[in-house]
Amino acid sequence: MSKVPDNRAWWLVLPVLLLVAFSALVPLMTVVNYSVQDIFGPGNAYYVGTEWFRDVLRDQRLQESLLRQFGFSAAVLAIEIPLGIAVALMMPKGGIRASLCLILLAIPLLIPWNVVGTIWQIFARGDIGLFGWGLNELGFSYNYTGDPVAAWFTVLLMDVWHWTPLVALLCYSGLRAIPEAFYQAAEIDRASRWAVFRYIQLPRLRNVLVIAVLLRFMDSFMIYTEPFVLTGGGPGSSTTFLSQTLTTMAVGQFDLGRAAAFSLVYFLIVLLVSWLFFTAITHMDKER
Amino acid sequence: MLDWMNWTQPVAIFFAVIAAILAGMTVFEIVSPCVERKGFLPIATTRGDRLFIGLLSAAYIHLVFLGVSEVSLWIALAVSVVWGLVLLRWG
Repeated sequence: MSKVPDNRAWWLVLPVLLLVAFSALVPLMTVVNYSVQDIFGPGNAYYVGTEWFRDVLRDQRLQESLLRQFGFSAAVLAIEIPLGIAVALMMPKGGIRASLCLILLAIPLLIPWNVVGTIWQIFARGDIGLFGWGLNELGFSYNYTGDPVAAWFTVLLMDVWHWTPLVALLCYSGLRAIPEAFYQAAEIDRASRWAVFRYIQLPRLRNVLVIAVLLRFMDSFMIYTEPFVLTGGGPGSSTTFLSQTLTTMAVGQFDLGRAAAFSLVYFLIVLLVSWLFFTAITHMDKER
Repeated sequence: MLDWMNWTQPVAIFFAVIAAILAGMTVFEIVSPCVERKGFLPIATTRGDRLFIGLLSAAYIHLVFLGVSEVSLWIALAVSVVWGLVLLRWG
């Protein structure tokens, strides 16, 4: 006969539950409610069923912005994760130089999003920006306000500059947690630098890497401020990502029903991906 | 009662059903606590996990029906319910 656990401590969770109910659950329910109505103003709404969902799912503009969003997130992960690992591997292991590196790395993380956008908007300008001017002087025809490829390049570069340090810091902490004995054993076996990375460092980095991928995916998937300030979504709509499309719809056009339906689809995508990552993490812990 | 925030009846029914499912599953859990097991899904799951997977996939099933076909959503609902039950029993 096993002891019956005392579950009364769960009552202490109640305040949080109430708080979450009012800050997340009720607003989410409101969005569901808005998504089935055509709203013209207070007291002037008409029930339209699932029409908005049908409309949103078949909207070319939204599909394109969704594809663009996935492309952007994939590119961000493909660049920032390997780069972050590489930076972490190259950092000094301790002492004043390590502290200096850490501070230098942390600086971009401390800058607010809109300021990052402004910095790059000026930095990449062809007339007064060092980066844009330099590229043009080198013979490249670079103009991020007119050329979609240049705009993408600039937005990606900005994100890499802003967020690779996060990946690097996470990986650095993961690397520091590997006991010295592992390296000594590798040295005795005369393992190559690559073998040390492949069989000691990479497996030991797995947990921090999952967190890094999750954080970077989430952040890049809801990116709004930086491209909004830098390119305004242009030229055309080449750098208009999901959240900007959504904001234009909800706040710009005040198309609440449609925007609500769209944000629910957005929410479901984020929910699915988060759940997959969450399952991956907990599954890994169980395997140990 | 539904005037507050312009609530509509279908949405009220939707959330009432979800709340009823959650309440029912809680009672079920108290009456017969479940153990984590592995079914046809690639991971070991508890009953709650399978319910969540079922609800999430039901949402996606509805979206697919809305997005690519003109078929009535009642069919999507039926598919989701059958899938949910299969998932709960053998998942």
